[in-house]
Amino acid sequence: MITRRLQQPVLLLAWLVVLVVIGWAVAPQLFTSYSPYAGDTAASFAPPSAEHWFGTDRLGRDLFARSVYGAHTTLTATLLAVVIAFGIGTAVGLIAGFSGGIADTAIMRVVDVFLAIPSLLLAMVVVSVLGYSTNNIALAVGVSSIASFARVMRAQVLSVVHQDYVRAAYGLGVGRIGVMLRHVVPNSLSSVVALAALEVGTAVLAVASLGFLGYGAPPPQPEWGLLVAEGRDYVAVHPWASILPGVALAVVVIATHRISTSFRKEHSR
Amino acid sequence: MTHDPLLRITDLAIDYPAGRRRWTPAVRGVSLHVEPGELVALVGESGSGKTTLVQGALGLLPPVARRRSGSIAYSGVEVTGWNDKRMARVRGNYVGFIPQDPNTSLNPTKRIGHQVIEAVRFNAPRPGTAADYRAAALESLRTAGLQDAERVFQQFPHELSGGMKQRALIAIALAGHPKIIVADEPTSALDVTVQKVILDHLAGLRERLGIGILLVTHDLGVALERADRILVMRAGEIVEHGPVRQILDQPTDDYTRRLLAASPAQHHGRLRDNTSATGLVALEARALSKSYKHVHALKTADLVVRKGTTHAIVGESGAGKSTLAGILAGFTTADSGTVHVGATELTALNRRELRTIRRDLQFVFQNPYTSLDPRFTVRRLVEEPLRAFGVPIEGRAAELLKAVALDESYLNRLPGQLSGGQRQRVAIARALALNPGILVLDEAVSALDVSVQAQILQLLVDLQAESGLSYVFVTHDLGVVRLIADDVTVMKDGAVVETGPVEEVFHAPQHDYTRRLLDAIPGRDLRSTR
Amino acid sequence: MLRYVALKTGRAAFVVWAAFTLTFVLLFVLPANPVDLLFDPTELNTVPPEVREQVADNYGFNKPVLLQYADRLGHALTGDFGSSVQSGRPVASAILDVLPETLLLSAGALVLAVLAAVGIALVATSTRRAWVRNVVEALPSGAVSVPVFLSGILILQVFSFKLGWFPAFGDDGPRSIVLPLITLAIPVAGPIAQLLVRSFATEFHSGYVTTSWAKGATRGGIILRDVLRNASLPALTIAGITFGNLIAGSVITETVFARKGIGRLTQNAINTLDVPLVQGIVVFVAVSFALINLFVDLIYPLLDPRMRAVVEAQK
Repeated sequence: MITRRLQQPVLLLAWLVVLVVIGWAVAPQLFTSYSPYAGDTAASFAPPSAEHWFGTDRLGRDLFARSVYGAHTTLTATLLAVVIAFGIGTAVGLIAGFSGGIADTAIMRVVDVFLAIPSLLLAMVVVSVLGYSTNNIALAVGVSSIASFARVMRAQVLSVVHQDYVRAAYGLGVGRIGVMLRHVVPNSLSSVVALAALEVGTAVLAVASLGFLGYGAPPPQPEWGLLVAEGRDYVAVHPWASILPGVALAVVVIATHRISTSFRKEHSR
Repeated sequence: MTHDPLLRITDLAIDYPAGRRRWTPAVRGVSLHVEPGELVALVGESGSGKTTLVQGALGLLPPVARRRSGSIAYSGVEVTGWNDKRMARVRGNYVGFIPQDPNTSLNPTKRIGHQVIEAVRFNAPRPGTAADYRAAALESLRTAGLQDAERVFQQFPHELSGGMKQRALIAIALAGHPKIIVADEPTSALDVTVQKVILDHLAGLRERLGIGILLVTHDLGVALERADRILVMRAGEIVEHGPVRQILDQPTDDYTRRLLAASPAQHHGRLRDNTSATGLVALEARALSKSYKHVHALKTADLVVRKGTTHAIVGESGAGKSTLAGILAGFTTADSGTVHVGATELTALNRRELRTIRRDLQFVFQNPYTSLDPRFTVRRLVEEPLRAFGVPIEGRAAELLKAVALDESYLNRLPGQLSGGQRQRVAIARALALNPGILVLDEAVSALDVSVQAQILQLLVDLQAESGLSYVFVTHDLGVVRLIADDVTVMKDGAVVETGPVEEVFHAPQHDYTRRLLDAIPGRDLRSTR
Repeated sequence: MLRYVALKTGRAAFVVWAAFTLTFVLLFVLPANPVDLLFDPTELNTVPPEVREQVADNYGFNKPVLLQYADRLGHALTGDFGSSVQSGRPVASAILDVLPETLLLSAGALVLAVLAAVGIALVATSTRRAWVRNVVEALPSGAVSVPVFLSGILILQVFSFKLGWFPAFGDDGPRSIVLPLITLAIPVAGPIAQLLVRSFATEFHSGYVTTSWAKGATRGGIILRDVLRNASLPALTIAGITFGNLIAGSVITETVFARKGIGRLTQNAINTLDVPLVQGIVVFVAVSFALINLFVDLIYPLLDPRMRAVVEAQK
């Protein structure tokens, strides 16, 4: 009981973190008065202070401002990736699970193939073919996550299809499409929604990882993974330059995981 | 000289958390005792707190539960509040436990022998050799009634039938040579004929070994037939206790009286005389067969349901009765054979034509907890068939609820807010929405408590009398059959072994299997001696 | 039984073939002018047309697509994925060259990760204190939330730059592998621990555990004798995901710690658009994945008697 009471404020905090970061992405100028591009070279590598919360980088740019503005790049890509994965994956999983038979087998064999290539590797290949850019990263991360959505949705659909209330609906004379739309889809979707919340965190990580490896937005554009990569060369002397933006990123991912867990618990209740 | 009973529970009260700093009592001040060689039955419906009481006695309460007061003593040794380590010396050694569901109560990845040996080893007075343990385990399996102990010893749980698994669990409970055995619904997951054998064996053990048994059951029939003393539990309290005769002849508590009245074994005949029976045939199945892979689920089964009557299909698990019901309702297609509804042949229909037939033939599932979409309100549930056929829905939902004795306030509730009995009423209301002529009820009262079961059965016979419905009533419970059915078909291993009017089949069963089934009805003899 | 093995093997073969075909389409068919991918984008305009022509000829880009496909597939079957554009060396030997480093790193990280995951699950199940359980159960979700590049940099900063216990970069001597090992083990341990914590809890509350309590078993005995084995089996089902995490993690880890290995090789191949090498690596990874899953499929029935019964019934 004590634990449940402790967990609720944590959930609240998680939502707060996510809302603030969405605020960063939508209206960065409300959160910082510094420019993410213009720096004061005289003040390069200033340590974190009341003036520069995250310190400054090699060009004297305020790292907090760059993190705030970077939220836009990273979150837009994440959102796009999740929409692609969720939309296509759920549809494919629904078709496979609901139609069954040969269609199901064929779709699942293709899904197997996509699962056999680690998503970071697949995303790297896709980006290398499409060219380096944040949009292409989003596309690549989205495509490489379709398979896992399809698999979860299919499993869920299969378990719902065998529920008595679905058989009952057929027994009452409801048609196949009616059963699918009114019973199967609403009851299958809830666990896929929990996965989508989890995928937000995973996608943020994937987008940032690809950015870190240098496949995303070109400098000087701020992007979370890129910020860490830029600070990395000076990590021995000025550790905050890469660690603080990285910690901000980790906090966001932890928050989304916490929210996803709360979805799953509600679902299983 | 005072002697201490094997188990004495005094004024035990156990709470469960119900939110912040609020507790719901599950057991309120229960006292009981079990003497050597005595079989005490604890009877209660679901939610009565009987399982919590047993867990409390064994020190197996979940960590969230709280003991508010009371004490537990085995042979005068106070064990209240003992930790797991100390309780481990009592469990197995002094008190053996037989769980409810044999299918989940054995470790699926270990051989039976290994699991029995563990029970022997934990409770051996002094360390022995592997051969000693093995011999003791085999002995225990034999005592539990497994003749082929050597073979079972080598097998995994999934290779055994439910009855054999329950015997293996009895062997585990006996392996530590306990003085008392606590059995929590030991037969409710088993077929009636198997239930009879297991209960016979437990009773025999009590006489042979002189142990005490605390038998927890929801079935008053079982308790009346087997126990020396009975405790009736309701809402966490013992509402009545006494010797069997006394409970049967002079029940003092109202709830006990209601339980006795609801028990199918206490009735002589149909709940209400059938006034709607006609000579016409509502549904006729001829030579239906169905195989799954290599299993013949159904072998050339025939069935004739007269219009306005109830035809019961009775059998144990694997008898093929649910397969038959599924084919009648059009959920499953038969490999061969025909089904006629009125003049229409069901088996020849395509999907669209089948849908039209649905208006006349509806289905009610066993489990009201899974047959209602949890996201639909009662109104939407009941209106669903009407919408599917484009029938006017104005006011129908309230009307239908009224027919199953629920008022309009239920219309906007979700299934999660209803009790099991209320859910089954909603399921029946939904099945009646299109004014069908035939209802196929697949174990429709099996998941419900006896008192609720009695209400639903009454509702069904009343509906039949009002609108001349025909029922196909699938059940494993012969006791229920005579309350509701006009005709009965007995099935075994996918085949029909006997069919005929209920009175005939019950009084002069032609087939040996039917006789065995009738013999196995708990509490059957008690009524006749009354 | 034989049918089961044949079915699973066939599936594995299909996955590998499809991965080959997928990369062929992605790398050789989709790009409008695949020859361009073979040159550094900044130098593309300075390349004389006849050189391009010759290169295209060398790589068979002038032939019809289907012929190219058949040709490459035929060679791939013998392990020949062509030569790396950058180094000119055969793709297979370029991969085999760095394989031991990655194998050592990922095998070590996997062992570490499994130990950590089992440890977390054991503590979470066996503790009676709710707060200990909550803290321990929060660890896996933290492990999967922290980006590998961040944990790598943090570990580097603390143990190498601040404390000076381990060398920061390079791959000489056993001391240099300690930090990369830990870095890689964290994201790999996360999902395994999440699964184990859940399945330990499920098994610990199952019916046969109640039977064991009633037999007179102790808490520790129950966890060791009943729960550990039955709850660990499901971890095999995410072997494929674990493998993917190891590959993805080693790409980043090897970059952060400047180590030789498949991960660095992959990154270089992508950066330089070394198409034959990229294809070779993807197919190699798919083969490994398929083999691991095949191994799990074949070994699972041996570990779980229920599965054995299912498999034997499929005759």
